[in-house]
Amino acid sequence: MSQRATPPHGGGRIIAPLPFPTAARPEVADPQLRANLRRATRTIRGKRQRVVEEVPDWAALRDAGAAIKADVQRRLPELLERFEAAATAAGAHVHWARDAAEACRIVVELSHAAGATEVVKVKSMATQEIELNEALAEAGITAYETDLAELIVQLGDDTPSHILVPAIHYNRTQIREIFRRRMADAPPELSDEPRDLAEAARMHLRRRFLSAKVAVSGANFAVADTGTLVVVESEGNGRMCLTLPQTLISVVGIEKLVPSFADLEVFLQLLPRSSTGERMNPYTSVWTGVTPGDGPQEVHIVLVDNGRSAVLADPVGRQALSCIRCSACLNVCPVYERAGGHAYGSVYPGPIGAILSPQLTGVEANASLPYASTLCGACYDVCPVKINIPEVLIHLRQQAPHPVAERAAMRSLSWIMRNPRRYAAALRAARLGTGPLGASRQRRTGARTLRWLPWPGSAWTQSRDAPLPAPQTFREWWEKR
Amino acid sequence: MRIALFITCVNDIAYPQTGIAVTRILERLGHTVDFPTAQTCCGQMHANTGYRAEALPMVHNYVEVFDRYDAIVTPSGSCTAMVRDQYPHLHPAAASVAARTYELSELLVDVLGVTDVGAEFAERVTYHPTCHGLRMLRLGDKPLALLRQVRGIQLVELGDPEECCGFGGTFALKNPDVSTAMLTDKCRRVLDTGASVLAAADNSCLAHIGGGLGRGRSGVRVMHYAEILASTGASA
Repeated sequence: MSQRATPPHGGGRIIAPLPFPTAARPEVADPQLRANLRRATRTIRGKRQRVVEEVPDWAALRDAGAAIKADVQRRLPELLERFEAAATAAGAHVHWARDAAEACRIVVELSHAAGATEVVKVKSMATQEIELNEALAEAGITAYETDLAELIVQLGDDTPSHILVPAIHYNRTQIREIFRRRMADAPPELSDEPRDLAEAARMHLRRRFLSAKVAVSGANFAVADTGTLVVVESEGNGRMCLTLPQTLISVVGIEKLVPSFADLEVFLQLLPRSSTGERMNPYTSVWTGVTPGDGPQEVHIVLVDNGRSAVLADPVGRQALSCIRCSACLNVCPVYERAGGHAYGSVYPGPIGAILSPQLTGVEANASLPYASTLCGACYDVCPVKINIPEVLIHLRQQAPHPVAERAAMRSLSWIMRNPRRYAAALRAARLGTGPLGASRQRRTGARTLRWLPWPGSAWTQSRDAPLPAPQTFREWWEKR
Repeated sequence: MRIALFITCVNDIAYPQTGIAVTRILERLGHTVDFPTAQTCCGQMHANTGYRAEALPMVHNYVEVFDRYDAIVTPSGSCTAMVRDQYPHLHPAAASVAARTYELSELLVDVLGVTDVGAEFAERVTYHPTCHGLRMLRLGDKPLALLRQVRGIQLVELGDPEECCGFGGTFALKNPDVSTAMLTDKCRRVLDTGASVLAAADNSCLAHIGGGLGRGRSGVRVMHYAEILASTGASA
């Protein structure tokens, strides 16, 4: 009998240090954060809806996106090798990283080899995931984030709280304060007008672009047939990084593949409309290896697993690997809107984070995240690649370690409810046992409800009255009629 | 048409008036309602909290009890969604009975083809479309189409209707702070309407919102919309 080896889980900034309910508590109580999140998510949500509704074949596009990604997952090893061959033939160097630590080590070595003491960075989830900036700093290399929101977060010694809008938890006044405090060349009279803030960042970054020898990026898509990488962005700072420095190192999750160049047609429609709510993003950079005399002459691609093979091994959960990081699910999620991204304790927050992080790390390491959802289904409705997030959440809840008391209660309830006679007797007993209490509450308060329950019911009665059984169950009424 | 009523465990114990209302509506329309007493719970709480093995005996019981009926009606969007969406993955022979299980408004509008059930209810009412009815069953306008035909009713639109109230079954217990934050916003929307009654297709969601409205002594009543449809103005 042969046993299939389970692929290793990943590490990095994907393990929540605190359980979600604990981490969410102070965030929910922060009025500034709540106002910032409410305003920002609702604005993007509205923009997305408008530009999605105007596409007549949106449903077909979603089907196509989901089908292409499912196909990639079915033949990932073959496509990865094809990508490596094509990229290598085009002059790129392809590196394979099993986990976050190995990926960081490769990027550090390549930066050292290029003689760099600083690198400029394109906004990238993969490098946030593997905690690359920290690894570079340890090796004496300073990483400069050039995406405006990532720059804000970096200057604020903070971590991103949203996939697309890493600084969504700040408003412009808070951003001005960060710039005044931490950006040495910020004008002293800096206003909190978005135009002025962007101009300050532009002046601050321009010198970095011109002096850096090495740029580090991620990739939105990697084309297997051609060895091409694609970065989609709004500001043009990514384009600067991708074209000016001599050496370009791209850190790419192995799930980012699409089979052929033509497949980009689908995703370059789905992504901007779902993420920024734009018909088309301002900058789409596409490069294949090295072009002599134009752009970076030393091109490296680091393909990162970091738990993705473990996700791929789960037939239900693997659809999380279809994610194109648009963050539409974050913007519609009522839980995300109130708790914010930091409560998820991972670079991947919101509904997609609740199914991706626990799968990358193993559910035990992120056991509260599959429960950080009401299963309301708003995320599934907007997902451009039709990831059935509620289905995967329920699937992961099967694997999560269950609290002992909860398990005992669930088992007893199941034992009662599976048998019609026990069930009917239990209903009757509950009705009889609470009858006098219910009658008294009805008399004194006008409602058959309790205002206080002991633990674990106290979690309910902290903000809600709790219903008591009716004076007569339905089946008792039925039998008497 | 012989119709079986799946009352659901929550309604059986705490909201019998909803089941009585469903029975009265259907009988008023000339149908025979049967209540197979061997029914228990659909198993949704177990399945959705991560206890699939513990849910399976309930799934089997449901299939065994209801398989012989032409139509099964349930005054709960989320229990209907459990049966229709999850049962076919949990039980080899559940697909057919799952397809014959209807949320009340589906049975009335789609199967029986009625929107006017002869009801009268003279109050200001707002309607919250609960998540599973909205996004899993795609009930759409059906409950509202029924409510619009009720004589004397003053229907007012709820703000952000599609947003979850924060109940989510065991979510409310596991994540009480986030759940309460969502509940507060939902209650605010309800109060903004000036309605005296909040109606919905799920008494579990209504227990949550109603529990919040009651805690705030808002004076707003919550009612399953079946109770409004059963009302003839003669008695409440």
